[in-house]
Amino acid sequence: MPREGHFFLIKAQVLDEAALERALTRIAHEIVEKSGGTEGLAFVGLHTRGVTLARRLAQRIAGIDGVTVPVGTLDITLYRDDLGLKADQPVVRSTDIPFAVKGTTIVLVDDVLFTGRTIRAALDALMDHGRPRMIQLAVLIDRGHRELPIRPDYVGKNLPTSRRERVAVLLREHDGEDRVVIEQPEEVSAP
Amino acid sequence: MTWKRKDLLAIQPLEAAEITHVIDTAGSMREIGARDIKKVPTLRGKTVVNLFYEPSTRTRTSFEIAGKWLSADVINFTASSSSVGKGESMLDTARNIEAMRPDVVVVRHQSSGAADLLARTLRCGIVNAGDGAHEHPTQALQDLLTIREKKGHLEGLHVAIVGDIAHSRVARSNIHGMRKLGMTVTVAGPPTLIPHGVQELGVKVSHRLDDAIRDVDVIMMLRLQQERMTAQLIPSLREYSRYWGLTLDRLASGARPDVLIMHPGPVNRGVELSPEVADGPYSVILDQVQNGVAVRMAVLFLLAGSKAAQGAAAA
Amino acid sequence: MSAPLLIRHGRVVDPANGIDAPLDVLVRDGAVARVGKSLKPPEGAETVDATGLVVCPGLIDIHVHLREPGFEYKETVRTGTRAAAAGGFTAVCCMANTDPVNDNRAVTDYILARARSEGAVRVYPIGAVTRGLEGKALAELAELAEAGCVAFSDDGKPVMNAELYRRAMEYTLPFGVPVISHAEDADLARGGSMHEGVVSTELGLRGVPSAAEDVMVARDVLLAELTGAHVHIAHVSTAGAVRLIREGKARGLRVTAEVTPHHLVLTEDAVRQYDPNTKMNPPLRTRRDVDAVIEALADGTIDCIATDHAPHATSEKEGEYDHSAFGIVGLETAVSLVLDRLVRPGLVDLCTAVARMSADPARLLNLPGGSLAAGAPADITLLDLERELTVTPARFLSRSRNTPFGGFRLRGAPVMTIVGGEVRWRAA
Repeated sequence: MPREGHFFLIKAQVLDEAALERALTRIAHEIVEKSGGTEGLAFVGLHTRGVTLARRLAQRIAGIDGVTVPVGTLDITLYRDDLGLKADQPVVRSTDIPFAVKGTTIVLVDDVLFTGRTIRAALDALMDHGRPRMIQLAVLIDRGHRELPIRPDYVGKNLPTSRRERVAVLLREHDGEDRVVIEQPEEVSAP
Repeated sequence: MTWKRKDLLAIQPLEAAEITHVIDTAGSMREIGARDIKKVPTLRGKTVVNLFYEPSTRTRTSFEIAGKWLSADVINFTASSSSVGKGESMLDTARNIEAMRPDVVVVRHQSSGAADLLARTLRCGIVNAGDGAHEHPTQALQDLLTIREKKGHLEGLHVAIVGDIAHSRVARSNIHGMRKLGMTVTVAGPPTLIPHGVQELGVKVSHRLDDAIRDVDVIMMLRLQQERMTAQLIPSLREYSRYWGLTLDRLASGARPDVLIMHPGPVNRGVELSPEVADGPYSVILDQVQNGVAVRMAVLFLLAGSKAAQGAAAA
Repeated sequence: MSAPLLIRHGRVVDPANGIDAPLDVLVRDGAVARVGKSLKPPEGAETVDATGLVVCPGLIDIHVHLREPGFEYKETVRTGTRAAAAGGFTAVCCMANTDPVNDNRAVTDYILARARSEGAVRVYPIGAVTRGLEGKALAELAELAEAGCVAFSDDGKPVMNAELYRRAMEYTLPFGVPVISHAEDADLARGGSMHEGVVSTELGLRGVPSAAEDVMVARDVLLAELTGAHVHIAHVSTAGAVRLIREGKARGLRVTAEVTPHHLVLTEDAVRQYDPNTKMNPPLRTRRDVDAVIEALADGTIDCIATDHAPHATSEKEGEYDHSAFGIVGLETAVSLVLDRLVRPGLVDLCTAVARMSADPARLLNLPGGSLAAGAPADITLLDLERELTVTPARFLSRSRNTPFGGFRLRGAPVMTIVGGEVRWRAA
C-alpha cells in the first residue's frame, strides 16, 4: 500500500494478524517477568503507531496482572537531528506524560527500530521530563542498520532488510488491518 | 500542511489552513511550559534577534522565553525610534544585524509596514511583533488558540472587539484571522475610533457597547491610549470609561453567562475594564499570556526549522 | 545662432493653431520660420527626418522642483533641466520651496543665472507667496514679478490664512501673474501618509481624507471670486475638487487647474506593498477619483498636465512609509505615461494631450511657446508613438530615482527635444 506519495510495492508479508497478536502477548509477559511485576512501570509510546502498540501492551498486562500500567505519548519532533534537512517539516504532535517520570521504569514502545536516531531523540525527550529509574525499549520489528549504539530490550521479530526497503506496520486502529509487510521501491522491481 | 513562508508578517495573506497549522503546533508545544525542565533542543545553535523599536516588556519577554525554551540564543536589541535625521536609520541597523547572521529577527516598530520593509531587505526570517497600526500576528494567533481551547472550536463563534479599532494592530490581525476561520466579528467604539471603510473587512460595526456585547461568545477589549485625547478623538477618559468601559453591571444586563473576556494587555483598570471584570471569572487574560509563549515557540520553530528560511539564510 | 533646421516628413500636431497634418517645419534664428508641405531645405540647413514621428510645440511643465539652491543633493538646475530635456520638455517652471526660499529677488536672480549658464531647457521661476513659506507675511511680490517670476506659490504647503491669501491675490492682480494653490487643509491632513480609505484602514497607515483637498479648493475658488484673481489649483487629485473647479469655471471665475501623470494612472492600491515611492502629496486616490480627473482633463476642466517633479535622495525614500519624504520624480516618465495610459486606450486624444502639455500651460502662465506659428520660439518636441521603453530609474538623467514606475513597459516616448532651434536632447 503506497504511503506518503512514494511508490512502494509490497514484497512480502512478514507477520499476519495472528502472529502480530502472539508477538505482543509474548512481549507483555517478558516485560512483567523482567521487571518482577508491574510496580513502578509505565509505557511511553512514540507517535503514531508506537502509542497504539503501547496501549495494546498495557491492555494485555491488565489482563495478566489485573493492574493498569499508565501509558504516555511522546512526540520527538522537537528533538530530531534532521530538522531543516527535510523538504516537508514534520508536524509536532502532542506529548502527554500523565505520571511522574522520576523513579519510574519506563518502557519506550515503537513499531520499527531502524537507525536508532528516533530512539536517541526519545531518550533526550524523556530525560527532559525528569530522571527515570530505568528506560527499556520494546519494538515490534527490529530491521537492523543501526547508526547509533541503541539496542532493544524486547523485540517482536528480527527482520533482516536491505536499506532501500521499507517495513510497514499496519494496525487496525490506523490502517484497518493488523499485519507487517516489507515494501520495496517500484524501480527496483522493474524487469 | 507544511509551513513554507520565510516570514510571518501578517495574518491577512495567510490561508485558513496555515493559521490552523500554527495554532495546532502551538497547542502541542504548550506542555513544555508545564514541565520541570522547560527546555527542548530544537533550535539549539540558532540565533534569534529581538529588534524592538517600541518599548514592550511583555511581548519581548514572551519571545525571549519562547526562544530560550527552544534552546535558541536570544539577543535583545532595543533601538531608539528612527526619525529622519536622528541616529542610525532602520535599514542601517537591520543590515548591521544581518551581518551577524541571525536565523530569525523578531521586530516591533511604530511604523506600519516596517516588518515588510525588513523582510524585503534581510535574508533571514522575520517575525512581525507589531508594526504601527498594521498587524500583530502572534497576538491574534494566541487569541485564537485561547478561544479554541476554551470553546472547543472557532467556526461560527461571534466576537465583539471593543475600543480604539482605528489604531489597533491587534484588532486588524484578529479580524483577518477570525474571518478566515469562519467567525463573525463586530467592532464597537465611538465613531472617531472606528476606521474608515472597516466594513470592507467583513465586520459589523456598532456604536453602543450594550448592543455590541449582547449574545456574543467573546468580548475582546482594547487598550485606550492617552494620546487619543490630545488628538481630539475623544473628550476625556472619564467619558470614555463611562460609555465604553466594561463593568460587571454591563455584563449582567445582556452578555452570555459563558462569555469570554479578553484583552491584549496591559489593561487600564477602570478605563476599558473594571478591576472585577479584569480579574473575574469570565476573564481569560492570563490564559492569553500563557498561550502567547506557546504560539511564539511554534512560530520560531516553523520559521527557523523550515527549509525556506534555512535556504534563504544560507544564501 | 545655429544653422537653419528643417524637420521633415513628420506629423505636425499644433493644437494652438488647429493643425494635425503631415507637414515640414523650418526653423531659422531660433524661431519657427515656416510650417508647410514639402519644404525645401535652404542652403546649409540641417535636416531632421521625422518620418513616423509627431512634431509638436515644445512641452512645458509648470510644476517642477529643481531643488537648487539648498537641496543640491536631490537635484540641481543642471540635472533637473537635463532630465526635462530627456522627458521632451523645452521649458519648466520651478517652485519656490528651496533653501533659501525664493521669496526675494536675490534667489530668483540666482536661479535664473544658473539656468542661463547650465540649464538645458528654459527655466521660469515661481516665487513664494509668503516669506519663508511660513504663511504669516507676504513676500515682496512686486519685486519677484519684476525679477521674472511667472507665478506665486507656497507649494509644498498651503496658505492656511485665508485673509492673507486674499490680500496676496489682490496685491498681485495688476501684475497679471497668477497664484498657484497647493490646496490642502493642514489640520485635516496632519500625520497622513496616504489616501484615507479602505486601503489605509487595512494597512494601518494614517490617511488624508479627500476633504482635506476639497475644503481648500472650495475656499480658493471662493477667494478667486472675491478678488477676481486668477487662481490655479495645483496637482488636483479628487473628484470633489474637479466638481468645484468645474462649477467655478461655469460661473465665470478665473480658476484653472493641473493634474499630474501619476494621479491619472495610479490608485491607492499601489501603496499596498508599503513602497515609499508611492508616497506623495496629494496621495494616490481611488479609482473613482482617477476616472474623474481623466474626464476633467479630456473636457478641459483641468487645463494642463504638470508633473510636480519632486526629487529625493534614496535614503529619504527607502525607510518606514510614514517617515519617508513625500514626492516622486516625473519629468522622464510623463510623456510615456500619457501616451501609453491615456492616448493609446483612447481616454484622451493625441491633440488634447499635446495641448495640455504645451499650448495650455503656456496660455495659463503667459509663457512664450506652446505654438508652432511662424515667429514662435523654436521650442519643438518630437514624439515616437510606437517606441517601446521599460522605465529604468538607474538611467535617469535626474539626480534622483524616486519613482513608482520602475520596470513599467510603456509604448510612446519623446525622441528629440529642441530649444530655440538647438537640439538639446535626442534619444539613443
